[in-house]
Amino acid sequence: MAKTIEEINEKIKSRKVVVLNAEEIIDYVKEKGIKKAAKEVDVVTTATFGPMCSSGAFINFGHPDPPIKMTKVWLNDVPAYAGIAAVDVYIGAAELSETKGMNYGGAYVIEDLVLGKPVKLRATAYGTNCYSRREIETYITKDTINQAYLFNPRNALQNYPAAANSSNRTIYTYMGKLLPNFGNATYTSAGQLSPLLNDPYYRTIGIGTRIFLAGSQGYVSWYGTQHNPGKERLANGTPCGPAGSLALIGNLKEMSPRYLKACTFQGYGVTMFVGIGIPIPVIDEEMIEFLKIKDEDIYTEIFDYSVQRRNKPSYGKINYKQLRSGKIKINDKFVQTGSISSYSRALEISNVLKKEIENGKFYLTASVAPLPLEEKSNNLEILSKEEL
Amino acid sequence: MIKRKLVLSFPENIVTKPITYKLVKEFNLEFNILRAEITPNMEGKMLIEIRGDKAQIDQAIEYLTDTGVSVQEAAKDIIIDMNQCVDCGICTSICITQALTLDSKSFKLKFNKDKCILCELCRDCCPVSAIKVHI
Repeated sequence: MAKTIEEINEKIKSRKVVVLNAEEIIDYVKEKGIKKAAKEVDVVTTATFGPMCSSGAFINFGHPDPPIKMTKVWLNDVPAYAGIAAVDVYIGAAELSETKGMNYGGAYVIEDLVLGKPVKLRATAYGTNCYSRREIETYITKDTINQAYLFNPRNALQNYPAAANSSNRTIYTYMGKLLPNFGNATYTSAGQLSPLLNDPYYRTIGIGTRIFLAGSQGYVSWYGTQHNPGKERLANGTPCGPAGSLALIGNLKEMSPRYLKACTFQGYGVTMFVGIGIPIPVIDEEMIEFLKIKDEDIYTEIFDYSVQRRNKPSYGKINYKQLRSGKIKINDKFVQTGSISSYSRALEISNVLKKEIENGKFYLTASVAPLPLEEKSNNLEILSKEEL
Repeated sequence: MIKRKLVLSFPENIVTKPITYKLVKEFNLEFNILRAEITPNMEGKMLIEIRGDKAQIDQAIEYLTDTGVSVQEAAKDIIIDMNQCVDCGICTSICITQALTLDSKSFKLKFNKDKCILCELCRDCCPVSAIKVHI
């Protein structure tokens, strides 16, 4: 029997809603079966908490007197993009500080704003008749600025490869420090808790879906960059590599530093842990088939990050139960594994979201448009105009 | 029999003396040198695990201190800032002795000081700088 979002929201309103997180649903289905689970459970909360470079914030500072059309902008010496209206900027998480290098960057500026810390704003301008000021230096906090919203072009990737290093030297990558001769392997997906792995064909998650974004109620604003749903999939619907992705938006001023945290991968750069929770309405029995997915049903490929090419050699596929066990086998050698996303914090988010729904603080939305299932990913080739 | 892990710092004037030999000979201690290094200004550092009678270990430490060796508990030298740590677990893949592991139920980081050999491989792998090593 199908359930509508409206019916589920009615249950939230009357506090009768039944919510499980994406880990709890696994045993629930095992015990009670698909039919019963679809009938009894209304919502399953999914979550992830991992470093997501494709993140950043739009900020409007308000105008000084006389006003300024900012051309170059720095926040705590981190450049922000100012090629939009006069006092609007976009600060990217991965942007590095011009004075502190990899020890500070856009993600840290965003975190400082969330923490309520003062941030130094410096801007230059060429001056116009309508905006005569040519420079400014001042301090801002999240309370002195106008709108500040996180707008992340690519988050919550639907699966991601694991990384290892076959070379004889340590390498420093966005997948972390990789020791020589397969000294370790790292991976990043939240697996059975991950939002898009629990709704692999985007039946419920779409444009306009309300989500938990770093402690605030945000939204899926579009499909993410490099959204590539055509990736090879298993019979259970899950892709074996990065397929779908989401562009997310939410009010920075309402976010919590516990779920939005700047970080630095040594030798690689600055990025940001983003905490995302997405409720999946149990609209029918088919949805339960997808939601019952567990770590051992989800596979990813291990790539050799010492090969500095777009296509890296693969050491085969492996499931998340093996990865999460802390030890896998590559070329008959035992290799220790570690995750660069936090399963424990993702689990926490799935439970926070669960409580919010149970307490009537979070209502579900139907998506206003679906995420595409046909989009493909292009590579960037070096071509002359004639070769295009 | 008890076991302790110590960091011994040898100043320049005694760096050539056979001090560890005395630990065996005089105090009947078993020991395992986990790491040893002499820095360019000739200060020696040694990470050592000693095993023996408690009274004799205490006497040995007294002897070491009297000789001019500074003695520190080794486990105190690694600090994990749990307020910063997000329990990702990347350090658990680097830790060769598995002193750093994720709890199999809560997936939170656990640090077993007894297993740590202060190799420092983990120091620069933490994305939130929660691991601090003082040696």
